[in-house]
Amino acid sequence: MNLVIRKREKSLGWGVLVVYLVALALALFVCALLLTLSGKSGMGGLAILFRAAFGQGYSLLDSLVKAIPIFLCALGVALSFRMQVWNIGAEGQFALGAVGATWAALTFSGLPGFALMPLMFLCAMACGGAWGLLPAALRLRLGVSEIISSLMLNYIGILLLEYLVFGFWKDPASFGFPMTAEFSSGGQIARIAPGVLGKLHWGLLACPIAGVAYSVFLSRTRLGFELAACGEGERVARYAQLPYAFLVFLVMGLGGALAGLAGSIEISATVGRLQPTVMVGYGYTAIVVAWLARLRPWGIAFTAYLLAAFRVGAEVMQLEMQVPAAIGPIMEGLILLCVLAGQFFLTYSVSLGRAPKPEAACPGGNGAEEARP
Amino acid sequence: MKHWLRAAGVLVFILALALAGCEKAPDKAAAPAAAGPKTGELKVGFVYTSPVGDAGYSWAHDQGRKAVEKMDGVKTSYVEAVKDGADAERVIENMARGGFDLVFATNFGFMDPTMKVAKDYPNVKFMHCSGFKSSENVSNYFGRIYQARYLTGITAGHMTKSNTIGYVAAFPIPEVIRGINAFTLGVRSVNPKAQVRVVWTKTWFDPALEKDAAVSLLDVGCDIIAQHQNSPGPQEAAQERGKYSIGYNSDMSSFAPKAHLTAAVWNWAPLYEATVKEVREGTWKGNRAIWWGMDKGAVDIAPFGPMVPKDVQDKVLAQKALLMKGEDKIFVGPIKDQGGQVKIAAGVKAEDKELLGMTWFVEGVVGSVQ
Repeated sequence: MNLVIRKREKSLGWGVLVVYLVALALALFVCALLLTLSGKSGMGGLAILFRAAFGQGYSLLDSLVKAIPIFLCALGVALSFRMQVWNIGAEGQFALGAVGATWAALTFSGLPGFALMPLMFLCAMACGGAWGLLPAALRLRLGVSEIISSLMLNYIGILLLEYLVFGFWKDPASFGFPMTAEFSSGGQIARIAPGVLGKLHWGLLACPIAGVAYSVFLSRTRLGFELAACGEGERVARYAQLPYAFLVFLVMGLGGALAGLAGSIEISATVGRLQPTVMVGYGYTAIVVAWLARLRPWGIAFTAYLLAAFRVGAEVMQLEMQVPAAIGPIMEGLILLCVLAGQFFLTYSVSLGRAPKPEAACPGGNGAEEARP
Repeated sequence: MKHWLRAAGVLVFILALALAGCEKAPDKAAAPAAAGPKTGELKVGFVYTSPVGDAGYSWAHDQGRKAVEKMDGVKTSYVEAVKDGADAERVIENMARGGFDLVFATNFGFMDPTMKVAKDYPNVKFMHCSGFKSSENVSNYFGRIYQARYLTGITAGHMTKSNTIGYVAAFPIPEVIRGINAFTLGVRSVNPKAQVRVVWTKTWFDPALEKDAAVSLLDVGCDIIAQHQNSPGPQEAAQERGKYSIGYNSDMSSFAPKAHLTAAVWNWAPLYEATVKEVREGTWKGNRAIWWGMDKGAVDIAPFGPMVPKDVQDKVLAQKALLMKGEDKIFVGPIKDQGGQVKIAAGVKAEDKELLGMTWFVEGVVGSVQ
């Protein structure tokens, strides 16, 4: 008896869901095992995790609030990943978006909300988008790998943000602490219904809008179709006379704009001012989310929400069980590993059975490649 | 489009659950803080900015928590490695929801989140560390660690041979600048020729980077490394080069036994125990700025390393005795800034407000406050 691995001929359908659920369960099981090994109650830990992440109205809302920036950033990087352009720079684009929005909020603080808010978003998207265009230009003009340049621009973007906040944007009333003045009320995104929906704010609206736009763009427009074709490789694209360079600019610019939008929403809705600590790595989480979701918008929404919920849950686990803070990232890493491993089963089928006889399967005698022991 | 129907379904589901759950949410708008003693179990929560295993700032706070945990009828818990901003607000709110009576938010960046949550939970008492905002149910507190730094500065002033002392510092905020100034005033009170060179790492806890920063200071001739960081990286750098070091937060001698002269250390237990006692007895009040010094035991210096001669130890301990009596003359003028301009006039003692907003270096510091 051997394990026979074959490439699937047709998609699994609803089986996909089963694979994902099993992978998730496996990750959580390993997590519980780790808790047990460190002398805590494994099952108790998972119970707390789920109660804290999904058990109460406010925990669902907290997770949703946290998922908003992750979703927008992930959508942005997914767009470029679609055409195999590796934008690792969402974190820096997020920072630039925050900077752009802050500039608008501080410069035009007298404007009413309906004028100031769109202006902030516009500035944020322009700054984030420009930050995304830089690696695109370097890639197309000088052949610099966008993986390296977009990653490096993250650090520059964050330093730029710090430079401004420690420098001339510093609030004179902050006792020298690094933070800008609080935005005027027109520059702060309001909560939808503070009594009923907790911290959930109007920034949530950006998610369905961006998500639908992403989906329509990819499935209903010519550019979207060309973009998918470019995913087959640059040479294919050029051979088919697709506007490859333009598309690279487009996805990097749009991706940057989305991350920038996330940055402006985050500072405007949850902190109400710019401070260096708004940079908590959503841009990197976004990459994980985009991959886990295989670049599909509804998958991104779900995964962003799930990871946000687990982070919220992990905090309460800390509070109630005194486990180290590292449990959060460990859990995230385990989920990523298990789901990526699970994705193998989406492309290949594994069955127990007699390996096909070499001469029957492959006259060339290369059967070993097809059927591994 | 089918995908979108599914996504919309997920969203509606989540919102429906959320709405359903809201009915179970605790009643926030309960009557404001009932005065009077609190009977039964007292739940005290602590929010830390870094992991408690850091041997640094959060570790020191956690020692205070452990002291509180030993008190009768008190239960404590904590959440570590909490980022400022939105995350902090959620963590603090989860404590308030979870029935905690008193929450210590131990990092500057938790100030606004604490204020926001405090407004919604008038029954919960909040103590915020190192900030400047307060309200009916929020007081802020801190320790005069600069007094301890002054004493470590005197030690360094005696021990330096190159008259150049390095200082690896986190962020150019008043707390750190005040510490550097007090340290430098200590150094120059016994060694007017000495200089203190400052590098900013813009990190609180990054062992590798903070060690590198110390190495760069050693490269330019510093023979003692002081630090305002939460990692022991700078201590290790000094020991590897055969130079001396001065620790911060806790006794760091175990990381660099051959280098560690002494350290400016926090001792939060007295303040935390006193606060919990106040809450228990119903005498706790908001709108206070509690700033304890060496006289109340909130700060101290670590035991001297064996390389510090007896006469130096005695001189430092003599100054410490004055501080223990509450005679704090560290920021008494004339004190000049780096440009030689008198910032605190002769005979004048800087007020706490000035110290809390200090953004300039005293004469003798080499470096910029940017």
